Amino acid sequence: MAGVRAGAQMPHLSKMERVVVSMQDPDQGVKMRSQRLLITVIPHMVAGSDLVEWLIQKYCISEEEALHLGTLLVQHGYLYPLRDPRCLVLRPDDTPYRFQTPYFWTSTLWPATELDYAIYLAKKNIRKQGALVGHEKEHYGQLHRKINHAWDLVVTQAREQLRAAKQRRKGDRLVMACQEQTYWLVNRPPPGVPSVLEQGPERSSCTAGQAQMTKNIDFYKREMELCRKALGRARVKSSVCLEAYLKFSSQRELHDPIMSGCLPGNPWVTDDDTYWTMNAPSVAVPTKLRVERWGFSFQELLEDPVGRAHFMAFLGTEFSAENLSFWEACEELRHGGQAQVRAMVDAVYQQFLAPGAARWVNIDSRTMERTLEGLHQPHRYVLDDAQLHIYMLMKKDSYPRFLKSAAYKDLLAEAVIPPEAKKRVFPFMRKLPHSSPSPALLPAATAGGPECGEGGA
Amino acid sequence: MFQTTSSETSFQEISTAQLLFNVCRNLHQVAERVEALGQFVMKTRRTLKGHGNKVLCMDWCKDKRRIVSSSQDGKVIVWDSFTTNKEHAVTMPCTWVMACAYAPSGCAIACGGLDNKCSVYPLTFDKNENMAAKKKSVAMHTNYLSACSFTNSDMQILTASGDGTCALWDVESGQLLQSFHGHGADVLCLDLAPSETGNTFVSGGCDKKAMVWDMRSGQCVQAFETHESDINSVRYYPSGDAFASGSDDATCRLYDLRADREVAIYSKESIIFGASSVDFSLSGRLLFAGYNDYTINVWDVLKGSRVSILFGHENRVSTLRVSPDGTAFCSGSWDHTLRVWA
Repeated sequence: MAGVRAGAQMPHLSKMERVVVSMQDPDQGVKMRSQRLLITVIPHMVAGSDLVEWLIQKYCISEEEALHLGTLLVQHGYLYPLRDPRCLVLRPDDTPYRFQTPYFWTSTLWPATELDYAIYLAKKNIRKQGALVGHEKEHYGQLHRKINHAWDLVVTQAREQLRAAKQRRKGDRLVMACQEQTYWLVNRPPPGVPSVLEQGPERSSCTAGQAQMTKNIDFYKREMELCRKALGRARVKSSVCLEAYLKFSSQRELHDPIMSGCLPGNPWVTDDDTYWTMNAPSVAVPTKLRVERWGFSFQELLEDPVGRAHFMAFLGTEFSAENLSFWEACEELRHGGQAQVRAMVDAVYQQFLAPGAARWVNIDSRTMERTLEGLHQPHRYVLDDAQLHIYMLMKKDSYPRFLKSAAYKDLLAEAVIPPEAKKRVFPFMRKLPHSSPSPALLPAATAGGPECGEGGA
Repeated sequence: MFQTTSSETSFQEISTAQLLFNVCRNLHQVAERVEALGQFVMKTRRTLKGHGNKVLCMDWCKDKRRIVSSSQDGKVIVWDSFTTNKEHAVTMPCTWVMACAYAPSGCAIACGGLDNKCSVYPLTFDKNENMAAKKKSVAMHTNYLSACSFTNSDMQILTASGDGTCALWDVESGQLLQSFHGHGADVLCLDLAPSETGNTFVSGGCDKKAMVWDMRSGQCVQAFETHESDINSVRYYPSGDAFASGSDDATCRLYDLRADREVAIYSKESIIFGASSVDFSLSGRLLFAGYNDYTINVWDVLKGSRVSILFGHENRVSTLRVSPDGTAFCSGSWDHTLRVWA
């Protein structure tokens, strides 16, 4: 059962196995050769460099990536080196490697028990006449104490397996010992080597029992509902959607620091935070790119505090600033604390919706009626319809006018284009990156939560 | 009329499928005319060392330089990653802190994991105050917390859990505002939509499904099920019209919300380990994905090709986020370190 569960959580193991199997293909696989080790000849070996070359050719990847992938195969025990077998690394030279037998493949995920490990160590101990070293010696001692009651079984099994092995040819014996050693290096890695089997906290989905439980009537009812919704949903043509990505990405390319760099320079690269100072949330003179972005979408304009302030000023000249204020108040309600909901709804009603209100907003009668009705049972979404109406009004009407206005054109003209920072002549004279005050220290000037006051300022 | 032989049925099925395949074009075909990207060089610019165990999650502060990170040993650290100074540290009473988030104001952090809870810690520089003393326990699930995120303000938190549900909480009172049921297994990740009238988020889980939810009603609005294994990470495309997902099946996929289907797959035969974490560059042209084979692959979102592979981490990459202004991205790994790349 453990094998099934873990297997589902480790799809990369079966993929690794497919790689290893194709490596052993007689026609398309890695070149095999025999290698002389002391007095025995071991067949079916591959050289590290041949493995890397094969990976490069097969997957069209660089040498670095091939070496990395090959190393992972070795670390997961699918290949083992015959020279220095304790070290599961891939050397891109003539170091010989062999393919692990499927019996010991990591994906079998046998629960490598203490008993099995004890038998393995006992065999080693007997063979080396008590000369186990390092962590293996430590583990052997621990196991001896822990499963002392079964120790006779351990020793008997060990002796039996060694006796059976002696009946094989020396070459086979060597190979089997290496295979087993690799298995244990993966399942009981030496200290300092991270375990490739570790997966993090268990995900209960993989247990068959859980899966059975959830597929009940409710589950299928929900599935049916989802399908029904999907059938009725209005879809946009794929071609329209896909074109939108092309347009969006090309419009934003110059505004993407990773794609196009940023002026005067990327702080992470130059250690100079001027770029951040020049683009601070409430800077006096915004940069040209920033002002341009306000023209990309209404959302971009509103999300930028400087942009929003200028838009508010513009609305003031058109005597419709109460629209934006109303929208802001609704946002505060939607994202505010639960305890403040009632009071906020009241305040918004008094200021913007009540007949004769100081900053009355012009909403169509149907929406107004629905909203006023909903105010009897105030909740944080009660103003959503009205908010959306006003938002669309600003977006379709005021926003396009703003973009065409003299005010906006002036902002574009006055906007700053930072010069590219001069490359420092003496690269070793690195400026230490400036520290900046944590937002948690600043007084609650910007739109933030009530928690900000506790910043110990 | 109703009885067809099996071979006739399969012929009909194949024809229909072929027709659909030719009609439903994918992003890479449409993007053929787009210019290919040139040489791509990104290097580690900062290495943050200080965690004593696997780094599991990280999040950026809106100030574009501070980050919060959490690890297996229960430590949650706030860094100014530009100077690499540690500014705050908290030890949680549980191990495997798999989720952490920075509040929009920059004045608090949220985190949780095997304790099944999400707790909010106000950040204080007062040396006399113990951060743990002001801790607020907000969310309560019946299994591990896998992801958390503040909404537009410090006052609401969205959580995802191994108990198969997501939930929206009021931070001040700890009240459950809305719960989201529908996943058939552990929910592993979530992301809030950047939509202007925004009230949706997407979640991904062990049931191989990515589900889009209406925060108001708690209903699932759309669902996508094309991955072959657990979905570890979901992230919206900057326009909000699509989202990407990273999965244990070693692929990343792009799902379009308006077309209601998968429109791109990012995979390569040589990539066989699961993708643990994905994020877009600011323009949405690049998709950065951290993998369990210790690497980060950079994908051309439009063309579907892999632009670059970044080596450096010595164990699996568990978390990856692009900074708020898109100047860099940060990756956290089981090798105990975080790296900022630019």
